[in-house]
Amino acid sequence: MSIDKDKIKHISKLARISIDSKKSDLLAKDLTSIFKFIEQLNELNTDKVEPLSSILNTPLRSREDKIDDGKIREKILKNSPKNNEEFFVVPKVIE
Amino acid sequence: MSEIIKKDLSEIIELIKKKEIKSEELTNLYIDKVNKSKKLNSYITTCFENAIQKAKEFDRKPNINSLLPGIPLAVKDLFCTDGFKTTAGSKMLKNFIPKYESTITENLWKEGAILLGKLNCDEYAMGSSNETSYFGNVINPIAENTVPGGSSGGSASALAANLTPATIGTDTGGSIRQPASFTGTVGLKPTYGLCSRWGIVAFASSLDQAGPMTKSVKDCSIMLEAMAGFDKKDSTSIEKKKENYSKNLKTDIKGLKIGIPKEYRVENMPKEIDELWNKGKNILKDLGADIIDISLPHTKYALPTYYIVAPAEASSNLARYDGVKYGYRSSKGNDLIEMYENTRSEGFGDEVKRRILIGTYVLSSGYYDAYYLKAQKVRQLIKKDFDENFGKVDAILTPSTPSSAFKIGEKTNDPISMYLNDIFTVPVNLAGLPAISVPAGLDKKGYPLGLQLIGKTLDEQNILNVAYAFEKNCNFKNEIKNWWL
Repeated sequence: MSIDKDKIKHISKLARISIDSKKSDLLAKDLTSIFKFIEQLNELNTDKVEPLSSILNTPLRSREDKIDDGKIREKILKNSPKNNEEFFVVPKVIE
Repeated sequence: MSEIIKKDLSEIIELIKKKEIKSEELTNLYIDKVNKSKKLNSYITTCFENAIQKAKEFDRKPNINSLLPGIPLAVKDLFCTDGFKTTAGSKMLKNFIPKYESTITENLWKEGAILLGKLNCDEYAMGSSNETSYFGNVINPIAENTVPGGSSGGSASALAANLTPATIGTDTGGSIRQPASFTGTVGLKPTYGLCSRWGIVAFASSLDQAGPMTKSVKDCSIMLEAMAGFDKKDSTSIEKKKENYSKNLKTDIKGLKIGIPKEYRVENMPKEIDELWNKGKNILKDLGADIIDISLPHTKYALPTYYIVAPAEASSNLARYDGVKYGYRSSKGNDLIEMYENTRSEGFGDEVKRRILIGTYVLSSGYYDAYYLKAQKVRQLIKKDFDENFGKVDAILTPSTPSSAFKIGEKTNDPISMYLNDIFTVPVNLAGLPAISVPAGLDKKGYPLGLQLIGKTLDEQNILNVAYAFEKNCNFKNEIKNWWL
């Protein structure tokens, strides 16, 4: 699979990363060679193989839906790039 | 006095227990050496004030029955440390100060260890040479301009240069074992689920595992004992009893069956690596182990599988960096979407962006089955290869890496050649198995090389024992010349 600039534009939009035109050329070249390498997997017939999504034999543990780490709003907000003491602040979304 | 920091962790622990050195004196020895070793760039953040204060507290009321009594330790900067900057080697997190402590570091402090500093690493642990860090390249103390491996490159460099008596790293595809091999140190990746992932900056959650990096196998067993254990905060943590790896360490490996997989003899592998592998086989044979040829037929598909699974998980995990809740935010952009796009473009480095894009693509509509599902199926085949052979053998011996440490810049323009560094380590992560890299000898340049022992699920004690027996009989000594001082 060859990856061109249009495809890079599409994926970077999905990934929410802006990519300039110069970088986009280089990425197209890199990703093309990486996908060529990845596509070795097509040599294998895997029609009858079950996909492996977790290495553990047991299902994931679930916990009770109970809040046990509240009252740390101040601490958490401290690390945000912009806040107004109570909330995270983002650029205006609704006119 | 300065000779003390050259000693193994286990010897230093004995000195503390016998009251031959105080924790504060020991801590000062490391601080002094770290201050003189800035050229290696292995530390991102030093926590010296904290270390001295904690060391004094220890000396006032020493609890010598803990596993790591008053021992100063620097850790990879991927472990969240309460009140201390945790950057993951990224501009995105350059000012991030966690308000909580990772379970693994918490376990170390509970055993008496003291935080000395945070060690450089590839950005978000994505790299095999520590050249993707926002905080600059790390130098391997074995030679100038040489990479320490990655992604736990700062950990390996600091350890080999005696800037910490032991350390911890994380290993998603070889990030502990490959740098251990490149620096002549010991590195262990535990069974997936043995060490809690809680509070570790996430890369690829089905592969990430924390593990010890040390100067000897005995040290490794002590560190693993301190780190391992069930944690209800990690949904993939395995519920099992704690093991006394250090107490149960033994050199008797008579009758053990060691498998040699023929697929690990790859094209263009340097002659010295093949010779070392043979030397390893002979040492274990002389100790009474049975050497058995085995086949792991899907080995060559491990790396292509990894480069679908790991980027896919990374693209999901790194979606959280949006410039809103914590981390870097770009000042450019007219609306929320543009702010996201500019933040992620400016905050992430090239390798991280590359992997997010690969991951986004293989998970995108219309491509999921062809790539991600295919990779999960091949991952099953790779795991099955190991399962079938572990009926016949107790452990598997392979080289750790296909080459020794290389020069800075040598592989940065070709991602595939960089990725090939992990050819022998990646299959283990895909199968969730434990594996240890032990120093075995030098190549013709005089650079260290390691051998890898792969074990069954939760059979850490067994591979530690084989590694211990091997270490005692292989006569390898890591000579670091302190050329940077």
